[in-house]
Amino acid sequence: MKVHEMIQPLALVACSGQQGLDREVSGGYTSDLLSDVMGHAREGQVWITIQAHRNVIAIASLKEIAAVILVRGRRPDEETASASDQEGIPVFSTPLDAFEASGILHGLLNAATTPGEG
Amino acid sequence: MEFHYHIEGGDFSRAGSASSEIKKILKQLNVDPRVVKRVVVALYEAEVNVVAHAREGEMKVALGPGVIEATISDKGPGIPDIALAMQEGYSTASPRVREMGFGAGMGLPNIKKNCDRLDIESVVNAGTTVKMTTFFTG
Ligand SMILES: Nc1ncnc2c1ncn2[C@@H]1O[C@H](COP(=O)(O)OP(=O)(O)OP(=O)(O)O)[C@@H](O)[C@H]1O
Ligand SMILES: [Mg+2]
Repeated sequence: MKVHEMIQPLALVACSGQQGLDREVSGGYTSDLLSDVMGHAREGQVWITIQAHRNVIAIASLKEIAAVILVRGRRPDEETASASDQEGIPVFSTPLDAFEASGILHGLLNAATTPGEG
Repeated sequence: MEFHYHIEGGDFSRAGSASSEIKKILKQLNVDPRVVKRVVVALYEAEVNVVAHAREGEMKVALGPGVIEATISDKGPGIPDIALAMQEGYSTASPRVREMGFGAGMGLPNIKKNCDRLDIESVVNAGTTVKMTTFFTG
């Protein structure tokens, strides 16, 4: 599944980093604790979080995260948006909460890996 | 080859930039991506610990054949009980730092998991030196 294929099902607003819309999504990780993400997220995953500051992009870049989804309507601040543009890592905003967003993403990923179902 | 970076305490907007530079260098040198991933996690956590807990510091990374040795040393409060600090969940991070999502007490455990040898020396009210070594083939 590509990053842009999450936009409609997750009600995403693309905020920045739109060069990365064609990146491949390998999975997802939901956490607001930065060293939890540092220790456990994997390359190509989408990171779902409420944290919207610049360090999120630093971590996303080091971990080669496919895209960041900010929940409950959070938007990236200016610094975060420009870092996201620079790194080509898309940042999205969704009105959904982390539970709902994770559930939908999980469903999309399952549907993408089990063709013929759903 | 040896690389040096300055780390400014309290400057969260630049936290991770030294680790990011090292990542670029290791990739250019065609170091195994799995090795790069581990080294980067450990470097980032040590770098952020200087930003979050100390006044200023330095990251030194030495590359030899089959070995990466990184030393992150700082001037700061030091760690009174290193064994306690190594425990997952232990953190003295300030409320402001916690609000940003730091302070889970997972940084030092992440370092431990992502290097082959870890040596921490600390003097209270003076500073801390974290030395991590990673071995690799090819
Ligand atoms: N360079 C340092 N100088 C002084 N104290 C430190 C330093 N590094 C770690 N510590 C102490 O060790 C504790 C644990 O560090 P660790 O990196 O595991 O967690 P944290 O930094 O508090 O949170 P996290 O890394 O999960 O964001 C810190 O809260 C702090 O008390
Ligand atoms: Mg830490």
